[in-house]
Amino acid sequence: MSFTEADAIALLVTLKLAFVSTLILLFVGTPLAWWLSRSKWRFKFLIEALVALPLVLPPTVLGFYLLIGLSPSGPIGSLSSSMGFGSLAFSFSGLVIGSVIYSMPFVVQPLQDGFRSVGVRPLEAAAVLRASPVDRFFTIAVPMAKPAFVTASVLGFAHTLGEFGVVLMIGGNIPGETQVVSIAIYDHVEMLDYAKAHFLSGILLLLSFLILTLVYRNRGFKVMTS
Amino acid sequence: MSITARFSIDRGRFSLEVDIEIPERGVTALIGPSGCGKTTLLRAIAGLDSYPHGYLRIGQQIWQDETIFVPTYKRLIGYIFQESNLFAHMTVQKNLNYGLSRVSSDHTVSIDPIIDLLGIGNLMDQYPDTLSGGEQQRVAIARAILTSPRLLLMDEPLASLDLERKLEIMPYIEALNRDLSMPIIYVSHDRDEVVKLADHLLLMNDGQIISSGGITDILTRIDLPLAQSAEAESIISAKVKDYDPKYQLSTLESSLGCVLIPGEKLEIGTDVRLRIPAKDVSLTLVHQTGTSILNIFPATVEQIVGGKTAQVTVKVRAGDTAILARITRKSADNLKLKPGMKVFAQTKSVALLA
Repeated sequence: MSFTEADAIALLVTLKLAFVSTLILLFVGTPLAWWLSRSKWRFKFLIEALVALPLVLPPTVLGFYLLIGLSPSGPIGSLSSSMGFGSLAFSFSGLVIGSVIYSMPFVVQPLQDGFRSVGVRPLEAAAVLRASPVDRFFTIAVPMAKPAFVTASVLGFAHTLGEFGVVLMIGGNIPGETQVVSIAIYDHVEMLDYAKAHFLSGILLLLSFLILTLVYRNRGFKVMTS
Repeated sequence: MSITARFSIDRGRFSLEVDIEIPERGVTALIGPSGCGKTTLLRAIAGLDSYPHGYLRIGQQIWQDETIFVPTYKRLIGYIFQESNLFAHMTVQKNLNYGLSRVSSDHTVSIDPIIDLLGIGNLMDQYPDTLSGGEQQRVAIARAILTSPRLLLMDEPLASLDLERKLEIMPYIEALNRDLSMPIIYVSHDRDEVVKLADHLLLMNDGQIISSGGITDILTRIDLPLAQSAEAESIISAKVKDYDPKYQLSTLESSLGCVLIPGEKLEIGTDVRLRIPAKDVSLTLVHQTGTSILNIFPATVEQIVGGKTAQVTVKVRAGDTAILARITRKSADNLKLKPGMKVFAQTKSVALLA
């Protein structure tokens, strides 16, 4: 048997991490993307560069800073300790924080593009039809940017699935808590257990491919209707 | 009751300085060359762009002054853009309901007559991208009107349409003006649209209102470029009085006097608008008898403008209406025309506008 219970748990932790992170990313990323798509602030590019940073930064660098930040003596770690949550390093919550930052550009950028392509005209049309700003956002901007939401969710989810460097730095490889599939594969290979590594890799490959087909089908659909 | 708007907009290369009072009824056409600030003014009135130090009052309601700025969605306006701006993710029905469902229940415009008026009843379940340009614009107009606006702002609603579509929509806009007592500010640079629709004109140039008034007065204001061009014309309103089926001629009563126009039978009592091109008006010193021209009015010369050009524009007053005649300078000299002279204005053509 090449699929152990530990592997199944790692897979579950991975899916849970991707799911929770994507959910948080949508909540945080949507207002941020909306603001980025509408703001005329001249230093907006600084925020855009910051959001895009995980695209180019080695995950280990991001993980390193997170490790320091989340450790009991770090700014986030000491804050969470003082609030009674303990240190966030080597915990699932820590992984979520890492994933959210790591996958941020994959959610914010499609959303920003989506909102930008909605344009100002439908929103003005809604404004003269008595819709308040919040009303316009939910009844015009969000539905019209729906393809972007699908793309953003799927990319955010898929990218979190494939996370390795950040988890390696801050996760601590605790089975059932912070051990995700990518780390489990690494462990299997380290122990020369290629059969298990094959199996888990295959699952991740298939899953990622399926998810990406969803993105590209969605993109084709968008072209068709526009 | 009227609409007062004062805006002072400075955007570097472009500045706009406007202080206008618009009657709260009828169609006020805002015309002028492109880039003169028509859309800027309309957007300021709608609150789509906000500028400091503006003042805007609609009847008793202040929408903008030094301390107040009512956001667009709280202004009781309808706005028709150049493009229909329908919501692509909603059917026609849902587009119409969007505005309708957001107004308080005391709206005054009833739904079915508007849908009939604009002829969109059979489009309800379609999505905007399946409609023709003309249909889209008609839905957009209905969508705006269904919110029972206090003021309807139309920014070149026909500009993006070809001639055929324009002709398709024009009657609907005319009907709107006739059936609803809703003031309309209509931005256009198309003279034909304006003379058909407008009751009042605001002439704009380079960010300034250079003239405003009733359409008949403005078109015959001889000091304005409109009256001095080859396309100079007069617009008069008239009422259908009688129809002679033998000659297929309608008799209309206007401030000029009786006017005969050929063509199909017109409903007696209908208010119509007549257009008299200045180039089709000739002047004689005596009442011609042996002539094929039907419409001859005794008139008094008021003003002659033309300087050294071959053609001059003569403004004459017939009844209590001014009309323009475009004649050659040679003829004007031959007739020794001068203000106060009694003449007869012969109109070779009178076109029915609406």
